[in-house]
Amino acid sequence: MLKVENLTMKFGGVTACNNFSAEIKKDQIVGLIGPNGAGKTTIFNVITGVYKPVEGQIIFTPEDSKQHLLLGLRPDEIAKLGVCRTFQNIRLFKDLSVLENVFIGNHLRLGSNVFSTVLRLPNYGYEEKRMYEKSLYLLEKVGLRDVKDEKATSLPYGMQRRLEIARALATDPKLLLLDEPAAGMNPQETGELTRFIREIKEEFDLTIFLIEHHMDVIMEISEKIYVLDHGILIAQGNPGEIQKNERVIEAYLGVE
Amino acid sequence: MKSKGKPSVILVVLLILTIVGLFLASKFLDSYKIRIITLSGIYVTLGLSMNLINGFTGMFSLGHAGFMAIGAYTVGILTMPISMKEMNFFMQPIVPCLANVEWGFLPALLAAGIVAGLAGFLIGAPVLRLTDDYLAIATLGFAEIIRVVFTNTQSLTNGALGLKGIPNYTNIWWSWGVAFVTIWFMAFLIRGSYGKAFLAIKEDEVAARSMGINLFKHKVMSFSFGSFFAGVAGGLLAALLGTIDPNMFRITLTFNILLIVVLGGLGNIGGTVVSAVVVTVMMEALRFLDESINLGFIQLKGIPGMRMVVFSMILILVVLIKREGLPGKTKRV
Amino acid sequence: MGDFSILFQHLANGISLGSLYALIAIGYTMVYGILRLINFAHGDIFMLGVYITFYGILYTPIPWWLVFLIAPTITGFIGLLLEKIAYKPLREAPRTTILISAIGASFFLQNLGIVIFGGRPRAFPVPRILNRVIKLGGVSINVVAFIIPTVTVLLLVGLNYFINKTKTGMAMRALAKDYETASLMGIDVNKIISITFFLGSFLAAVGGIMWGARYPQLMPLMGTMPGLKSFIAAVIGGIGNITGAVIGGFILGLGEIMLVALLPRLTGYRDAFAFVLLIIILLVKPSGIMGDKITEKV
Repeated sequence: MLKVENLTMKFGGVTACNNFSAEIKKDQIVGLIGPNGAGKTTIFNVITGVYKPVEGQIIFTPEDSKQHLLLGLRPDEIAKLGVCRTFQNIRLFKDLSVLENVFIGNHLRLGSNVFSTVLRLPNYGYEEKRMYEKSLYLLEKVGLRDVKDEKATSLPYGMQRRLEIARALATDPKLLLLDEPAAGMNPQETGELTRFIREIKEEFDLTIFLIEHHMDVIMEISEKIYVLDHGILIAQGNPGEIQKNERVIEAYLGVE
Repeated sequence: MKSKGKPSVILVVLLILTIVGLFLASKFLDSYKIRIITLSGIYVTLGLSMNLINGFTGMFSLGHAGFMAIGAYTVGILTMPISMKEMNFFMQPIVPCLANVEWGFLPALLAAGIVAGLAGFLIGAPVLRLTDDYLAIATLGFAEIIRVVFTNTQSLTNGALGLKGIPNYTNIWWSWGVAFVTIWFMAFLIRGSYGKAFLAIKEDEVAARSMGINLFKHKVMSFSFGSFFAGVAGGLLAALLGTIDPNMFRITLTFNILLIVVLGGLGNIGGTVVSAVVVTVMMEALRFLDESINLGFIQLKGIPGMRMVVFSMILILVVLIKREGLPGKTKRV
Repeated sequence: MGDFSILFQHLANGISLGSLYALIAIGYTMVYGILRLINFAHGDIFMLGVYITFYGILYTPIPWWLVFLIAPTITGFIGLLLEKIAYKPLREAPRTTILISAIGASFFLQNLGIVIFGGRPRAFPVPRILNRVIKLGGVSINVVAFIIPTVTVLLLVGLNYFINKTKTGMAMRALAKDYETASLMGIDVNKIISITFFLGSFLAAVGGIMWGARYPQLMPLMGTMPGLKSFIAAVIGGIGNITGAVIGGFILGLGEIMLVALLPRLTGYRDAFAFVLLIIILLVKPSGIMGDKITEKV
């Protein structure tokens, strides 16, 4: 599905990520962990085209046959190919309603041109109806249907995170990147989130790559985990291997 | 979902009320008052066109006067009778291909919009990558360039002399007819998927891009539509005044429209319509500040410039009082 | 020889125009560096400086050279006041909001100018000493053309000393570098911003006086064009960077004069030159000649 090869990203003189490689296979849930400032979000930003790396290659293969090189594409082009994300520091469209937020996620698949929207031509009317239905269905799915007319920022933190996931799902992604979906949640909520991620993975036929600090979440749902420290990949493997890996323990405990 | 069809109902009711109102006005009011109402209609279109760019899409553009100038000159040149053209262009004859054209008002207005929209497209394509204040200064620069160019292209625009004797096609019905088309366009645009994409861009560009919205395409689209309507409004203005020259289209004009947009609320269609009318009427009502008036028993001396002092103070006060709420608030219709 | 003397004349004109742009541009750049605000009213502050000097010379018994010191000081305080009224309350507001306030302030000052000074052009009373023409090897040059660059250089040296060697200047640089951190480090932000506006307006007024001596026609709207062009100069040089503003000022001043001198057919387009240059710079290198690259944080 996604192959990241020898990715190096620098900001000024600081190397945020050095020679990082990873592979995510279709239908997998893959975790990316590491201490704060390890460069995890940077990798997401490079994959989604927000940052241009110094070196490396990213190959996205949505179906078995067709390969896309993501580097050099704009974020919107990458989203159109089927890679969508959520943000660590929640970036909803603040003053718009919950429903509008999800509705906008549909826009990239719109076939009608702008004139048919202004003239309310039947082809657009039909499409818009479908988009609203889909948005409402997704809100139902994330449990936000009752608050669909609220302003996005009026929601509590946990709901905002779920809204971001719903908005990302509206773009019909094949690969979903989740940046700390469990941040700020209590153990009960993280448990629900774990179930929820599995559920959407099945229903929408997703492959998921996620960054998370909650080890219980990561260890429970990931098939494979990459561990990053100071921009360098220090370990990879299944949850059992990672838990036993000494370098990982060192990185987390800060042992020299 | 549940609000589906609501804007159309409101629009129809408002449309009928306005038609009745305009009809009564054109029957019973004197020509000066009718002229003010006509001017209000033009400012409604102008306010909305700027609000699309600045309010809904969140780009800070100060190029409106330039697009109006393009529209005004297009209408002026296309509708002016052939004999009038010869009289106007006595310094240097008009370019041959335009010397013998005399179009009707509607096609000329459409042409005005299209030429201005095209200019918006060509200008927008390179500069819309800039943000906030850089965009503001670049668009302002373009408006100035257009003005300077129009001052110097003697055989196309008659240079600094301007155009006189443009047929006075614009009446209350033309100006408000166009205003209503604009209101309708904006209302449906913003309600639809593209409008929502514009709002998304205003709210958060990074998130909008990551949700697959092509920033460049949508910004240029919004900018071109805004320029189109600014051009049409410029054309209406030319046919209302009958006389235009490049110096009419200075940044002061853009400032007036900005005032309307800020008072009406960035991203608020209904508010813009109301504030366009209020500002236009006040501009006229406050004319006494600039001119001396005779109250019979006492002669009040007007102070030139006082009117704009009042207006600029209003603008600053509104901004100071509204503060955060200003660009953030997005009410529709 | 004839060609050379004409070229020399143009060069002198370009340098003095460039000096004036540079002086005004510094105000833009200093304010932008700290507040990230285009102070649209800066050109109108410049206009006020000229008018205050005008009234000082004609209507007070104060000798002209003293007026030349007092007027910029008064203008400096007006600039400081402007910030307190129109910008300070909006410091936490979105950038476009404060920009609108700046545009409002600009129009307010212009029209206030019309109300107070009248719309008719006035002639600037140039002191006779400054109005002399000297001959230099066949080239006759107005003394002002020498004084302008000299004063500009002296002021720049002074400003440079102030910004790099004094505590206030360092605080200013700290604020420009990192507003948040600097304000947490106990720098009195309000005081520094006031000083910045005072200095910027002071320099604009000095520029205004010299402008009046060179182009002695006063109008309340006279600040708009030099203001916009100086801002463009600041952008060309890299906004936020004082050296850049000076370089940008000279590029623009020399460029304008040379355009008219070398391509007389384009004289009518002189006012468009700066804007064309601006747009080219913004597209090619938005950070300007001396500017740092800004990376967007996500």
